[in-house]
Amino acid sequence: MPTLDRIARSLLLTELVEGMALTLKYFFKPKVTINYPYEKAPLSPRFKGEHALRRYPNGEERCIACKLCEAICPAQAITIEAEPREDGSRRTTRYDIDMVKCIYCGMCEEACPVDAIVEGPNFEFSVETREELLYDKQRLLSNGDRWEPEIAKRLELDAPYR
Amino acid sequence: MNDFLTSPAGVLAITVAQTLALLVPVLIAVAYLTYAERKVLAAMQLRKGPNVVGPFGLLQPFADAIKMLMKETIIPSGANRLLFIFAPMLTFMLAMLAWAVIPVNDGWAIADINVGILYLFAISSLGVYGIIIAGWASNSKYAFLGALRSAAQMVSYEVSMGFVIVTVLLCVGSLNLSAIVRAQETVWFFIPLFPMFIIFFVSTLAETNRAPFDLPEGESEIVAGFFVEYSSMSFALFFLGEYANMILMSALTTILFLGGWLPPVQMEPFTWIPGPVWFALKICLCLFTFIWVRATFPRYRYDQLMRLGWKVFLPFSLVWLVLTAAVLKLTGWLPA
Repeated sequence: MPTLDRIARSLLLTELVEGMALTLKYFFKPKVTINYPYEKAPLSPRFKGEHALRRYPNGEERCIACKLCEAICPAQAITIEAEPREDGSRRTTRYDIDMVKCIYCGMCEEACPVDAIVEGPNFEFSVETREELLYDKQRLLSNGDRWEPEIAKRLELDAPYR
Repeated sequence: MNDFLTSPAGVLAITVAQTLALLVPVLIAVAYLTYAERKVLAAMQLRKGPNVVGPFGLLQPFADAIKMLMKETIIPSGANRLLFIFAPMLTFMLAMLAWAVIPVNDGWAIADINVGILYLFAISSLGVYGIIIAGWASNSKYAFLGALRSAAQMVSYEVSMGFVIVTVLLCVGSLNLSAIVRAQETVWFFIPLFPMFIIFFVSTLAETNRAPFDLPEGESEIVAGFFVEYSSMSFALFFLGEYANMILMSALTTILFLGGWLPPVQMEPFTWIPGPVWFALKICLCLFTFIWVRATFPRYRYDQLMRLGWKVFLPFSLVWLVLTAAVLKLTGWLPA
């Protein structure tokens, strides 16, 4: 009897018909595609995107040139040079990130004692030449100015979990 | 005017006009079949498919065609140049050639010959040459493997397809395609010959190298099979040929089993719609099923493919052929 059952099933193509019915069901289901760039998926506050150097509300840059980010960077993408400024505070004279080397691990932002270097929500910074991806201090500070409202909000949202 | 129409030049002009009137819609249908395939596959995988070029992505086929035309044709240094260029042309030519006998409506065939089905069968069997020549001329192991697979597969499935066609011919008593359609005025053949209809449909899948029988292409094992080495327009010709063959096989299924240009019921609202529209609708249904099957089933292993062809379809269609013949003879329904 089980043999007869099996033969009947294979002759009536039951499994094939079931499979076809399943794909037909999916054919009419709502689609999950996000119509990028017109629609975008939600981002986590912890999303690690393009880097930015932040400032204090009074406009003073946060970075104190402790070089912890440079030390911890596993890809060795960060280069920092520093000397005392005229007012005697210790500041960077050079802060470069090679975005081509960077692996977006977020260790720099973890290491930073003053929340100066952060990875922001921006992931749309593709460019046409490799040179444009060698970010200098100017570029990173302007990123910080541009994304500060969002960066601050995300840091605040993530703060309870740190 | 009448003198011109019967003169050799006039006959030639009429034939060219008829050919264009058939082939241009076929080529446009091929273009939109690629679009439909991408849309339907996408929908079954919960995606949206092409939707950027033009409204609903409707201009996508043309964008693809322009891209293909702009690209460089690369001929491998080890290839046999003559055959390498000849193969895609042959494939495309044969795919177009077969359309000559397809009756789109009552009396609307370019060549309404009395052995239409034999002609179709011969042309579709020749199709394997394009593939074998392409595979051999490329001088590449993947292309050669693909060509070998394709040759064995098309030969195997043609046998059972032949028996299915013979069964239909027994019920009609004619090899003429229009006569086959006219014989279905009372009932379409897919109802009395349902198992043969299924076998025929599956065999056309194998014959056109479509999933789940797409071993000659087998992108996950032999890259792209017989056309790995092709690029640009020569690749596009293979693509056009393959899709034109799909439409041709759907047309053949429609003629043999789904009543060609006939409406489902010979009644008022159905008979208002002209025959070619019914014909096109039935072809679309078949093509949708082609794509539907591709979205559903994984590829056969090669030995399973051969087992299905020789050990399942061949004996089954042979038994059903004898059974049909016996029933026709005993009931006296055998057409004169």
